[in-house]
Amino acid sequence: MELVEAIILSVLAASTPLLIAATGELVTERSGVLNLGVEGMMIMGAACGFAGAWFTGSIVIGALCGIVAGILMSLIFALMTLGLAVNQVATGLALTILGVGLSGLIGAGLVGERITPAAHLDLPVLTGIPLIGRVVFGEDAFVYVSLALIIGVWWFLYRTRAGLVLRACGDNHVSAHALGYPVLRIRTFAVMFGGACAGLAGAYLPLAYTPFFIPGMTAGRGWIALALVVFSSWRPGRLVVGAYLFGAVTILQLHAQGWGIGVPSQFMSALPYLATVIVLVLLSRARTGGSTAPAALGTVFVPDR
Amino acid sequence: MFNSTPNGLHSNKTPLLQAIGLTKRYGDFLANEAIDIDIWPQQIHALLGENGAGKSTLVKAIYGLIQPSAGEIRWRGERIVLSGPSEARARGIGMVFQHFSLFDNLTVAENVALGLDGKESFKDMAARLEQVSRTYGLPLDPRRQVWQLSVGERQRIEIVRALMQDPKFLILDEPTAVLTPQEADQLFIVLERLKAEGRAILYISHKLEEVKRLCDTATILRGGRKVATCNPRQETAASLARMMVGGEIKEVRPAAGRQTTVPRLVVNDLSLAPDEAHGVRLDHISLELKGGEILGIAGVAGNGQDELFAALSGERLAKDPGTVVIEGIAAGHMSITQRRKLGAAFVPEERLGHGTAPRMKLSENALLTGHAASGMVRHGFIDTAATLKTVDKATETFDVRKAKRDPEAASLSGGNLQKFIVGREILRNPAVLVVSQPTWGVDAGAAAVIRQALLDLAASGAAVLVTSQDLDELAEIADRIAVMFHGRLSRPLATSEATREKLGLLMGGSSLDPTEAAHAARA
Repeated sequence: MELVEAIILSVLAASTPLLIAATGELVTERSGVLNLGVEGMMIMGAACGFAGAWFTGSIVIGALCGIVAGILMSLIFALMTLGLAVNQVATGLALTILGVGLSGLIGAGLVGERITPAAHLDLPVLTGIPLIGRVVFGEDAFVYVSLALIIGVWWFLYRTRAGLVLRACGDNHVSAHALGYPVLRIRTFAVMFGGACAGLAGAYLPLAYTPFFIPGMTAGRGWIALALVVFSSWRPGRLVVGAYLFGAVTILQLHAQGWGIGVPSQFMSALPYLATVIVLVLLSRARTGGSTAPAALGTVFVPDR
Repeated sequence: MFNSTPNGLHSNKTPLLQAIGLTKRYGDFLANEAIDIDIWPQQIHALLGENGAGKSTLVKAIYGLIQPSAGEIRWRGERIVLSGPSEARARGIGMVFQHFSLFDNLTVAENVALGLDGKESFKDMAARLEQVSRTYGLPLDPRRQVWQLSVGERQRIEIVRALMQDPKFLILDEPTAVLTPQEADQLFIVLERLKAEGRAILYISHKLEEVKRLCDTATILRGGRKVATCNPRQETAASLARMMVGGEIKEVRPAAGRQTTVPRLVVNDLSLAPDEAHGVRLDHISLELKGGEILGIAGVAGNGQDELFAALSGERLAKDPGTVVIEGIAAGHMSITQRRKLGAAFVPEERLGHGTAPRMKLSENALLTGHAASGMVRHGFIDTAATLKTVDKATETFDVRKAKRDPEAASLSGGNLQKFIVGREILRNPAVLVVSQPTWGVDAGAAAVIRQALLDLAASGAAVLVTSQDLDELAEIADRIAVMFHGRLSRPLATSEATREKLGLLMGGSSLDPTEAAHAARA
C-alpha cells in the first residue's frame, strides 16, 4: 500500500518537469515556430533557479529566476528566427549548446550546495486519507501549477479568440498576415511563453526534485518534452497522457530492475520511450483526417510591407 | 472614349474611394506609378492588366496591406492613411483574395471569426454567419474544416466573411479563376445583388468576356501605370486585350496534323489510392491518345488531376504495368527515367519546385529531365556544352527573356520560366507529352507562344495530354475534352460538341443526360 503510494508520488515528480516544458513548447509550435532549444532553456532555468533560491532562501524567487532565465533565452531565439529570419532548427540547436555551456558557468560555484526543497501541501484530514491523500492533497506547488497550466493552455487555445488567432498563425501565416494579424508579434509571445515554461520546468529540478544543482542535470528532458509535443499531435489532452505515461514507465522500470526481473537493463531503460511512442501512435491513428502538425511549423515568415 | 466619367450620374458627388497619384516602389522597381482610380457606389469596376501590371499591388495598398510610397487614398472625399487591413475593414472596405486566405485546419466558423473584429461572441457570430449565408444563397456548414471543402465552397467562405462586415466597398481578386461556369454564374448573381444594394465592387479578372458582361467601368493597368479607363460594354474583348498588352496578341493557329493509327498513350482502367491525407482516389480511369492529337482534361482543381499526372509521369507507380501504356509498351511499373526513354515528356503544374529546382541554373534544370535520353551525359560525366546548348535553343525557339545566358530558374518571371520548361521538353521531340496547367498564371503573350508550341508538337505527330482549368484554352487547342471529377474521368467529347454548359455540368459532378450523351457519342 505504501509502496503504491510512493510509486505514484515519484511518478508525478518525474512527469511534472516534462509536462511543464512540453506545455510551453506546444504553445510555441502551435504558433508555427519550432524551438529545438528547450533543453538549453531548461538547463538555464535550473541553474538560475537554483542560484536565486540559494541566495535568497526563497523557492518562489528561485522559480521566478528560472522563468526569467528561460524567457531571456527564448528572446535570443525570437530575435534570431523571427527578427532576422534565421533557420529555426539551426538556431534552436545552437540555443541548447549555449544553454548547456552557460548554465555550467553560472552554476559552477554552486555545485555541492544544498537548499531546502519546495514544501509539500499539508492539509489537515485530507492529506491524511490513505493512498490518495498525499497523492492528491500532498504535492508541491509545481505539480498543481503544471496541471493548472495545461488546463489553462487548453482553454486558451480552444476557447478564446487570442488562442484562435495563435492557431491561425501556425496554420497559415500568409493568410493570418493578409487578415491583418501581427504574425511576428504573436509568435514572439508564444516563443516567450515556451521559454518561461522551459525555465520553470528546469527550475523544478533543483528546487523540488533534488535539492542541489549539478551541471547537465536536465539530462535530455528537454528533448523528451519536444518529442512528447510531436507524439501528442499538438493536443493538450494527449500531452498530459504522454507526459504521465513516460514518467510512470520510467519509475516502474526502475522498480522492476530493483525486483530483479530477468530482462536486460538496457531494454528496461528504453521502455519509457517505447511505451510512449506506441501509445501516442495508437492515439493518433484514431484521428479523423486533416493535418496534425501546424501547417506553417518551422517555416520562416517575412511580411512584405 | 477614355477617361470619361462613367455614365455621368455621379459628376456632382464625390466618389466612395479615390486613389490619387498612388505610387509603390520596391527598391528601383515601380510596382505602381501615379495611379488614379475612382470607385463609385452601385458600380462594378473592373481592374484589368497582365501579370505584373500592378493590380495586386494597387488593391493591397487600398486594403491597407502595404503602405504606398507616394500619393493618397480618399474615402468619401476625405484623406485616409490605412495602417492595416483591420482599419480598412472598419471603414467598410472588404476583400476576397485570389489565393484564399483561409486556414485549412480550422472550421468554417473559426475562419470567418478570424476575419471579423471579434466584438461579438462566437455563438452570435455563428448565428449571423448562417443568416448571411442564407440571405445571399451561399450555403455553408460552419462546423466543417476547410480542407474538407471544394474550391467553390472555400470561396463562399471568403465572400460570406467579407459580407458579414457589411462592406461599402468589396474587392474581388480573380474570383472566377477556379470556379466552374455554373459556380461563376451563381457568383455573378450575388455580385449583381450587392451592386443593387448600393455597394461598390472592384473586380479583378483575366476573363474579358466576363468583365464585359458584368462590369460598368474598367481601369486598365500596364507596367505599373494606368493606361485607360473605359466602359467595357462598349469595347470588344480584343480591344481590351490590346490595351492590356499594348499591342496585338498573336493568334494561335491550329496546324493540320496527321493522326497516327496506333495510339501512343493508353490508360487502361487505372485506379490508385491517395497517398496523402487530402488526396483523391483515381477511380477506373481509361483514355486513349493517338499521335497528332491533343486531349484536354478539364475539371476544377483538386479532383484528381495531380494524382493522374503523378501516375502518368511515374512519380507514383501503378500495381499493374498494363494500366499505363506508352508507345505500345506497358509502363505502369516504370520509373520516370524509363518512361522518358520510351519517348514521354512531362510538364507539371508547379513551375518552381516541381518543374524546376528554383536555385539551380537553367542548364542544370535542363539536365535534370534530359539526362536520360538527350545525350547530355557522356561516360557518366555531364556534357556542359550540351546542356548550355539546350538552354540557348529553348531561349531562341520560345523567346525566353532572361537577364543572362544561364540564370537561376527562380530569377525568371513565371511566363518566361514556363516557356523554358515547355521548350525544354518539346526540344527533346517527345512522342508523348503530358502537360498540366500549361499557362496557369502566365500572361497573354507567353500563353499564346506555349499554346502554339503544343499545337505544333501535335502536328508533328506527338500525342499531347493537356490538363487545364481554363476552358477557353482547351477549346482553343484540344481535339477532344474529357472532364475529371472526384477521381473519375468522363468520356471525352469532341471539342466542337463540348459546350461550356456540358463541361460545366460534368465539372460539377452531374453526368450528361442520356439524349445528350447519345448525341455526343454519335459525333
